[in-house]
Amino acid sequence: MPNIPFNYIARNLTARKLTTLLTAGGMALVVYVFATVLMLAAGLQETLVATGQPDNVMVIRRGAQTEVQSGVDRPSAAIIETLSDIATGADGQKLISKEPVVLINLPKRGSGKPSNVVIRGATAAGLELRPQVKIVEGRMFQPGTSEIIAGKSIANGFRGAGVGETLRFAQRDWTVVGVFDAGRTGFNSEIWGDAEQLLQAFRRVSFSAAIFKLADRTRFDAVKAQIENDPRLQLEAKRETKFYADQSEALSKFISYLGITISVIFSIGAIIGAMITMYASVASRTNEIGTLRALGFSRVAILVAFLGEALLLGLVGGSIGLVGAAFMQTFSISTMNFQTFAEIAFGFTLTPGIILASLAFALIMGFVGGFLPAARAARMKIVDALRAA
Amino acid sequence: MYLIFLVIKNAFRHKLRTTLTVVGIVVAITAFGLLRTIVEAWYAGAEATSSARLVTRNSISLVFSMPLTYAQKIRQVPGVAAVSWANWFGGVYITERNFFPQFAIDAATYLDMYPEFVLKPEERKAFMVDRTGVVVGRKLADQYGWKIGDQIPIRGTIFPGTWTFTLRAIYDGVDAKTDETQFFFHWQYLNESVKARFPRRGDQIGVYIVEIRDPSQAAAISQDVDATFKNSLAETLTETEKAFQLGFVAMTEAILVAVQAVSFVVIIIIMAVMANTMAMTARERHGEYATMKTLGFGNSFVAALIFAESIGIALVGGVLGILLTFPLASGFAGAMGTLFPVFFVSQATVLMQLGAALIVGIVAACVPAWSAARVRIVDGLRSIA
Repeated sequence: MPNIPFNYIARNLTARKLTTLLTAGGMALVVYVFATVLMLAAGLQETLVATGQPDNVMVIRRGAQTEVQSGVDRPSAAIIETLSDIATGADGQKLISKEPVVLINLPKRGSGKPSNVVIRGATAAGLELRPQVKIVEGRMFQPGTSEIIAGKSIANGFRGAGVGETLRFAQRDWTVVGVFDAGRTGFNSEIWGDAEQLLQAFRRVSFSAAIFKLADRTRFDAVKAQIENDPRLQLEAKRETKFYADQSEALSKFISYLGITISVIFSIGAIIGAMITMYASVASRTNEIGTLRALGFSRVAILVAFLGEALLLGLVGGSIGLVGAAFMQTFSISTMNFQTFAEIAFGFTLTPGIILASLAFALIMGFVGGFLPAARAARMKIVDALRAA
Repeated sequence: MYLIFLVIKNAFRHKLRTTLTVVGIVVAITAFGLLRTIVEAWYAGAEATSSARLVTRNSISLVFSMPLTYAQKIRQVPGVAAVSWANWFGGVYITERNFFPQFAIDAATYLDMYPEFVLKPEERKAFMVDRTGVVVGRKLADQYGWKIGDQIPIRGTIFPGTWTFTLRAIYDGVDAKTDETQFFFHWQYLNESVKARFPRRGDQIGVYIVEIRDPSQAAAISQDVDATFKNSLAETLTETEKAFQLGFVAMTEAILVAVQAVSFVVIIIIMAVMANTMAMTARERHGEYATMKTLGFGNSFVAALIFAESIGIALVGGVLGILLTFPLASGFAGAMGTLFPVFFVSQATVLMQLGAALIVGIVAACVPAWSAARVRIVDGLRSIA
């Protein structure tokens, strides 16, 4: 005996529109929350991983986890500079940038609430090391002046960080002369100025980090060993990609754990909704089930039909939720990264993996919610079912 | 009386459906309560502050320090009763996963300024006389199983090297709001070691804590303190302890807003489930409602029946959910360890849970009650469920 036609299954859902809508709506909300949270964690990871370049090496003080905690004094930086593995730029100079990195407290544009923003002392080599950084408004800062350029997220999000505006810190007024876009990277949440000027203004004698480009990407382990075994240096070397990926770890884990826990709890509600709907669907169609069985459809066919109805319900809900979540890609979120103590802006990224996970989640909700009612339908005795009111 | 009896009978007509709905509401209300508690825990640092304490920091940001000499100058500002200071140490205990705040404090003045940290007199004395001694909160000591006399190694991230401290005292909070996860050691110990190794970094202070005589003068005294250091190399920013703590909350506000939004989403989800239940229930009983109307009961009576059933089910679920929140919250707090130093279900949360259950019950009944009240007797009698 063949299976019950799919048409019959689908039309049952349209028979009671309000019930179907409410049940699918509940599931859609759960899937929406689930997908949004995963997108946020993926967006954060993508942002910080893309911040690093694979052949760049970051040198910071041993034990420091962030650039802000680190310190690299001038003698140490000079030793690093003599390494033979550093690539040379078009002008014959070595591609190494010695940068001071500090945090400054700035008020946000809308609320006026303060947050910590990274300010980085950049150099010409530093710009060459980060090809993703492009000036989109205004111009580059003049070395040797109190001019700064702001990342796109900072220019939009913080008071006084737009082109032509000034910021006051470290006893000076700094003029913002340009805004740069660094694609989807963490540099968008930074302010850049002349390294030597910032060192003087902040009364610092040491840099925070030295970043250089490897002439030969495969020589990383040798260079790392050379730096870390040098008795004159208290420094450690990391690939820039890994350095930034490590910084997103805690926050993205926090976001995904919290999100998945919440989604699982919420899904219980949605599963119960599906169960109620499917039980009612079975109960109101007792006669029909009896008729189908009398016609010769097997128990398995009945089970499959009702499970199919529940799965379809889950798929509809999941799709609606996913479409809603996809719209979130146009938004971005800005918050403090616990690890660096600095503001970071990142978007929602929808990956194929998240689409599959969300739809699977919706189908599982439908399956769990539909299984018991479907089993009840399949177990009915023909005579009883036909006799029922 | 009959109305109540009828409502109860009605509610239990579909035992399975009612049970499932109640379970759904229990889950939703519990989740809602837990999320509200998380949001409140975020603000706990700001709630536990004293209005008689001000915090002075470098105006550029917390990363920058101030010279030790400021202590003397702040003490001279009129209205200031006492001054203490603390440095953020930011070390790592074994692995990065074990996060808890560590501060180097001026022990003599700091502990006096925070009466909410209760120490045994003999332990306090032992801490005072031991330069490498440390005092930790009860919750922190319990989490890592530390006992008095234990050696605790901390790897410095800002101050390089491994620092070993001896546990001399464990403090208890004066009430549930007090953070029992902090780790305090002598600033003098840190300063001497730092001075020996990096002379330029000695005698530097992260934050000053300023006790004032009259809390109502907080704004004026803050201004006076900041004016003292205007145009110096380290300009200051002084604010009340509460504002200082709220500054941290504001930095992670985006996450907080998301958690809050999500806590309302769960209520909407369960509203959909409950509305579905009531819609199905009412649809099945259209025939009965028509019969009742034939007997002379009014439209409003029929609507009241549905409302009473819906609200009743929602409240039963709500109350069970509230009762379940307490054990769950304490289990969650245990699992999270020191991540949320202060975690308890407040009265406001319970009231909000009850309110949410009530709203779910009312909203769910609206459409079914309206359609049941409107149904014409002839149509109702003719209808089949």
